[in-house]
Amino acid sequence: MSNLQSLSLYWPELILSGTILLAIIIDIFSESQQSKKVSNLVALGLMLTLIAVALTKHSPTTLFMDALAFDPFASFIKSIVIVATILIIVISRNSNEFEGYHTGEYYVLLAVMVFGMFLMASAIDLVMVYLSIEVVSIMSFILAGYLKENPRSNEASLKYVIYGAFSSGIMLYGLSIIFGLTGTTKFFEIKDAINALDGSANLALTLASVFVLAGFGYKISAVPFHFWTPDVYEGSPTPVTAYLSVAPKAAGFALMIRFFNQVFVDGASLSGMGWSSTVSFSWPQLLGIISVITMSMGNLIAIQQSSVKRMLAYSSIAHSGYMLMALPTISSEGVFATMIYLVMYLFMNLGAFFVLIYVVEKEGGETFEHFNGLGWRMPIVGFVMTIFMFSLTGLPPTVGFIGKFYLFAAVINAGPAFYWIAFFGALNTVVSLYYYMRVVKAMYFSGEPSDVIAVPSFSMTMIFLLLAIPSVFFGIYWVPVLGWVKDSLLLFSQVL
Amino acid sequence: MDNILSWIIWIPIIGMVAIGFVPRGQQDLIKKIAAGTTGIQLLVAVLLWMTFDATDGSFQFMERAEWIPSLGIAYILGVDGLSLPMVALNALIAFLGVFVSWNIDRAVKGYFALFLLLDTGIMGVFLSLDFFLFYVFWEVMLLPMYFLIGMWGGPQREYAAIKFFLYTLFGSVLILIALLALYFACGKTFDMLLMMERAPFALDGVLWWGMSAIKVIWVLLFIGFAIKVPVFPFHTWLPLVHVEAPTAISVVLAGILLKLGVYGMLRINYTMLPDAVWWFAGAFAVLGMINVLWGAMCALAQKDLKKMVAYSSISHMGYLLLGMAAVIAGGAANGSNLMAAQAGINGAVFQMFNHGTISAMLFILVGVIYDQAHHRDIEGFGGLAAQMPVYTGIVALAFFAGLGLPGLSGFVSEAMCFIGAFPVFRTIVIISTIGILLNAAYFLWAFQRVFFGKLNEKYTELVDINQRELFTVVPLLVITIFLGIYPRPFLDMIKETMNVLIDQVVIVGGISGIF
Repeated sequence: MSNLQSLSLYWPELILSGTILLAIIIDIFSESQQSKKVSNLVALGLMLTLIAVALTKHSPTTLFMDALAFDPFASFIKSIVIVATILIIVISRNSNEFEGYHTGEYYVLLAVMVFGMFLMASAIDLVMVYLSIEVVSIMSFILAGYLKENPRSNEASLKYVIYGAFSSGIMLYGLSIIFGLTGTTKFFEIKDAINALDGSANLALTLASVFVLAGFGYKISAVPFHFWTPDVYEGSPTPVTAYLSVAPKAAGFALMIRFFNQVFVDGASLSGMGWSSTVSFSWPQLLGIISVITMSMGNLIAIQQSSVKRMLAYSSIAHSGYMLMALPTISSEGVFATMIYLVMYLFMNLGAFFVLIYVVEKEGGETFEHFNGLGWRMPIVGFVMTIFMFSLTGLPPTVGFIGKFYLFAAVINAGPAFYWIAFFGALNTVVSLYYYMRVVKAMYFSGEPSDVIAVPSFSMTMIFLLLAIPSVFFGIYWVPVLGWVKDSLLLFSQVL
Repeated sequence: MDNILSWIIWIPIIGMVAIGFVPRGQQDLIKKIAAGTTGIQLLVAVLLWMTFDATDGSFQFMERAEWIPSLGIAYILGVDGLSLPMVALNALIAFLGVFVSWNIDRAVKGYFALFLLLDTGIMGVFLSLDFFLFYVFWEVMLLPMYFLIGMWGGPQREYAAIKFFLYTLFGSVLILIALLALYFACGKTFDMLLMMERAPFALDGVLWWGMSAIKVIWVLLFIGFAIKVPVFPFHTWLPLVHVEAPTAISVVLAGILLKLGVYGMLRINYTMLPDAVWWFAGAFAVLGMINVLWGAMCALAQKDLKKMVAYSSISHMGYLLLGMAAVIAGGAANGSNLMAAQAGINGAVFQMFNHGTISAMLFILVGVIYDQAHHRDIEGFGGLAAQMPVYTGIVALAFFAGLGLPGLSGFVSEAMCFIGAFPVFRTIVIISTIGILLNAAYFLWAFQRVFFGKLNEKYTELVDINQRELFTVVPLLVITIFLGIYPRPFLDMIKETMNVLIDQVVIVGGISGIF
């Protein structure tokens, strides 16, 4: 579609841009204590954007001269990002970590980041890929270092910048090699051009895809591009950590699914007709290995942590590994399973982080000791945290189990060549049980039943229940999620 | 009568919710609710036993409802001669378990809520005929167990709880992989009845990395279930968990949870992969022998009474494995000795039930003395016979049942297992009979050290077994004696189903045999 035509399908982004501009202006003219006004405006804008995303219906097409794809898959990722952002805005307002800071621009930065993730979700052009990742990254750097007077936060930001610059540089190099080989930046044209290449280009192609993978791997914190994750997650304000562990990851996976399914595959795979790789090196195997290493490393290191925040950081690395499990299968089942997992992960991971935020505020720390006896002192918090921990482990009847079930099913359905991935995934589930249960153990086994019971404020209780109830409900009856994901499983490449 | 199986499963959940609404401080009310719900469940289970048609070997009281149609998951329940005794046993043990737990005074609400959740999980596993549902119940059972051991257990409870959880979850994930492999092989259905029809033929000749797919799936399932049984070498969690768990949980663990592994093998391995039974029966017999001897020898070496009973469980499960291995006696290659196959399988299921009652009794009795003396050191007692005459008498009977004295139910089932396995696994059975001797040795030796000799001065204060404790033991004792003298009613109940099972292994397994 031409630029002008594209605008009619670009309502969500237009609303979002308007919100951002308005928020900046309001922030300038309001007292520094009145950042509530800005957060309200941004939340309202995001809700309108969500409605616009839901209402903008059109058959899959491309926007802005083939720079962006417009398809249900992109809308799905956008919805997840918006829901996560709204939740983060609510929890940020309830968190005391930002006390003494001017938080107006915090919400603006979040909104800009959402814009970047919208681009990531729909980019089908190498330049747009790079641009969108950079928009998201730069916003993340600032958010990670938002606590100016806190050295840990500064350290987190700096590490993030260095790693981000490094990996995006590598990725850019990979992208330029691809451009050099094919002479185009558009995904579909690249695919055709790669098909036309002869064997002499294999080395260059392999290098290029590994380099590109470095950029994606950095965004979803896959091993060996994960080194920034624990330090950044630990140093950042906890709401930002929670955000980084969910939203950019979803967008990163969207980008990765698009890239590998549209550039390296002959396109028939997602229609369930089997696939053939257009390049000779076996990148599905490579993805499988990265997946297994990512989950194993994340889990094994998480065991040794004494800080719950750091433990959750490593656990989020492990979950990236799980989500990567289904990508090597290059099947619509694989993408389907990853999408389901993203939805389920949103509830359980944000839930766990929100409880952490609450505990840090009430108990003044984030180590396992601060969770001691929590289940007795704050029964509601302990109970929902237990649900989130069981869910992150992947035990029924919680959403974590359903997510893993679909991932395992996709891998096993893909045939014996992939069984080893499922096997390691299963083993990792057992390993992860150990450290998730450490939280439960601290909450219930250490400490005695007490008569003094603390109940969180009404709004906090509501937030907890908003995440805990779906965590169980969708674990028992997940047809609604299934329907939504099924309707969204339509990538632009399939109608090409 | 409609939905009787659903009622059996969900009645405890109703009790759990009711307990949730009990105001603080009303501990007696909580216990009464728990006793009431498990009591009603027991009545319904008795009703089920009475109305069950023993002449029909297929599934009865079937219930079916849609759950997740797009995935082929449904809510299917049914009961046959294999699950019926287990359901009855569980209802009884849960009911008695509430009274065994009567002295719990720490976080009473949580304890009984979790206890009832455990009850639901176990019932669900026995009654579900949808593999996915089966798996969900199988896992749901772990959560309350973890808390019940970890919160109300002994000094090393936290370690025991996580060890139990890790071990069983490891088994579970292997079952999950096997479940998915079978799901895709059987044309994307979790309906166990369909899977039993399709699975024996669906994977014929399929090779994974040069190995037969059937064997791979069998081994995954076997390890998953063997951890629960537990079969040597997956048994190391059991003694620790038993020692640390509170009495009532030990009772449920030994009485019911160990049976789940065997139930899973008979329900899934035997019916869905019948041809691999032929391949694995020898290993079954050998593992059974190791269990019998290893468990007995370990029991002999124990100083802790509860640990001794725990190891005796391992030993008793060995007889059962021998009985299960005997099924191949019915095949043409082994002279079509259907009598032996029937004796073995019926004996194994009978042993499941008998071990449930006997070991539950033993653990309750250990708990009785522990509650008063606060230790379980066999050497630390002595001469209790004079101090606690009634208790001594009951323990004597329970120990005799444990060592397989004729006239008590354990003898009948152990003998049946041996008789069944003898024609095929002659040497193994002969070696295993040493286990009977060892069994007698440790039980009698322990009895002698605890009850005979000079009374330890410390224990002149001990009082005899009280009414409540008697109430928990006597029903089990009556069943043990009754079935020891007259096992017919039980065996008639399961016979037809066992014939169906043997047919599945011998005929279907024989046709689709790839070995």
